[in-house]
Amino acid sequence: MNIYTRRKVVNLFNLTASAVTTLFGLFFLTWLLWVLFQQGLSHVDWNLFILDTPGPGDEVGGLRNALLGSLMLTLVGVLIGAPVGILAGTYLAEFGRYAYLSHAVRFINDVLLSAPSIVIGVFVYEVMVVPMGNFSGWSGAVALSIIVVPVVVRTTEDMMRLVPDTMREAAAALGAPQWRVVTSVVLRAALSGVMTGILLAIARIAGETAPLLFTALNNQFFTLNMDEPMGNLPVMIFNFAMGPYDNWHDLAWAGSLLITLGVLMLNILTRFFLRPKK
Amino acid sequence: MNAISETLDPLPAETPGRRARSLGDRLFGGISWLAAVVVLLVLGAIIVMLYVGARPAFEKFGFWHFLSTAEWNPVTEMFGALSPIVGTLVSSLIAIIIGVPVSFGIALFITEMAPPWFKRPVGTAIELLAAIPSIIYGMWGLFVFAPFFADHIQPRLTDTLGEWPMIGPLFQGPPLGISVFTAGLILAIMIIPFIASVMRDVFETVPAELRESAFGIGSTTWEVVWNVVLPLTKVGALGGVMLGLGRALGETMAVTFVIGNAHELHAALFEPGNSIASTIANEFTEADGEVYTASLIGLGLILFIITFIVLALAKLMLIRMSRREGRSA
Repeated sequence: MNIYTRRKVVNLFNLTASAVTTLFGLFFLTWLLWVLFQQGLSHVDWNLFILDTPGPGDEVGGLRNALLGSLMLTLVGVLIGAPVGILAGTYLAEFGRYAYLSHAVRFINDVLLSAPSIVIGVFVYEVMVVPMGNFSGWSGAVALSIIVVPVVVRTTEDMMRLVPDTMREAAAALGAPQWRVVTSVVLRAALSGVMTGILLAIARIAGETAPLLFTALNNQFFTLNMDEPMGNLPVMIFNFAMGPYDNWHDLAWAGSLLITLGVLMLNILTRFFLRPKK
Repeated sequence: MNAISETLDPLPAETPGRRARSLGDRLFGGISWLAAVVVLLVLGAIIVMLYVGARPAFEKFGFWHFLSTAEWNPVTEMFGALSPIVGTLVSSLIAIIIGVPVSFGIALFITEMAPPWFKRPVGTAIELLAAIPSIIYGMWGLFVFAPFFADHIQPRLTDTLGEWPMIGPLFQGPPLGISVFTAGLILAIMIIPFIASVMRDVFETVPAELRESAFGIGSTTWEVVWNVVLPLTKVGALGGVMLGLGRALGETMAVTFVIGNAHELHAALFEPGNSIASTIANEFTEADGEVYTASLIGLGLILFIITFIVLALAKLMLIRMSRREGRSA
């Protein structure tokens, strides 16, 4: 085999391998989704939304308390985390773009973006659950908000920086103070991007389990009281999947399907918003 | 521009040449500064609180002794972190060994081989793997993948690789599918999208002229990637690998489902084990006694420090990459 044939063979082999690895990745995505639909779809019915989670031995049950609890925890988590994230992002992009503080915050923020979420759960357990004396919906929401902040900071800064400086200068030339420039011009221009960041954060926390394990805990019963332990889908899935009953497993699969579809839809939606306009 | 000028107040009549910053500026700037500081404070508070919570355990066992003993006995209140630390490192290492070549292949496929209309759908599909919550990977791993692995893949690995000298003992264990190796495999699938998308992004920063001149002197696609693209982007690609490693180290739910949660140290990868995150997830709410809880918080602190170092390195590498890109452009 001469050198030209060998180079062609090496090239062909490696490119084939690369196509195979891509198929490998896509194969697992398909497998996961297929299993979710196969196991979960038949258990998605009206009962799921009007009945509460069954106790040991109960025949019928749904996910009402877990679904509602998840919605509330996510909503409160975003309401706490998003304003902090947007303000911090605004500081990084506008007020302190070149400040030393900003370099440090950007660095730490990127580390927090991938920090292990279980550690955040332990942290909130120590600062909220122990002093308050019980597990609560509030502490769960705070744990989720700590995950929301870095996501929102990052997208807010990126989106605000996409706004051309000429627009800031035009507004400043009209005599607007900086806060008017930021709120009426920059934030308005970057609004859809900032909203996308919030959607992304929702997608991120909707399925988070680890930070809720010892903050919101779980609750088999329906409650809207954030001072009590609160039912939520991810921890419910964890407990039911590990549990011994078949109907628990079925509910866990149905819940998994709902979460996954919701999260994937949010992700595709944000991609649609973030797609560069031509 | 009409829309903008309408929203602005008219210029104040008595504007001096150089105004002092208005009250609104100081207020809004101050609040946003405070929010930025909060990000730093959260990190500081996490480290301080974990240290405070873990101190009873460190005081009782001594920090290095805590790190280096494998005994984990809630009855006698003797705790050592060695087994979870080893489990975390080994499962993440397996994830990296499997995940990096696959991610490289995917990045190569997307940047060099896929036709333009195909790049976006493939890239999106791979990135969706990262969006699926880890609890879903856990359920799938426990009910679908682990049994499949135990029936079809593990016996084959034991019969082939298990017979080899040196590495043979690694591929032994009970045919359960619940093991450190399964955890590593699922972690690999979970970190592939992170590594692949960073690699794809840095590969695309290579100027077309460099690629084209290599093609022009007769290089094959593989030679262009291996001899031109990769040497230019290796710092960034390595940053992507570190990012994936950071994710794998801290991953909780998927690992908790399939690793077996046994406080044991084995050379064999098909034996059940545990990781730092899975130990905390399993035992934290049941831990009674100050030392037990403190030991678990101590595990959390160790995990946080390890991932912090890995992620900081990843970030530094990616910063270096983007600086170089800025210089050459």
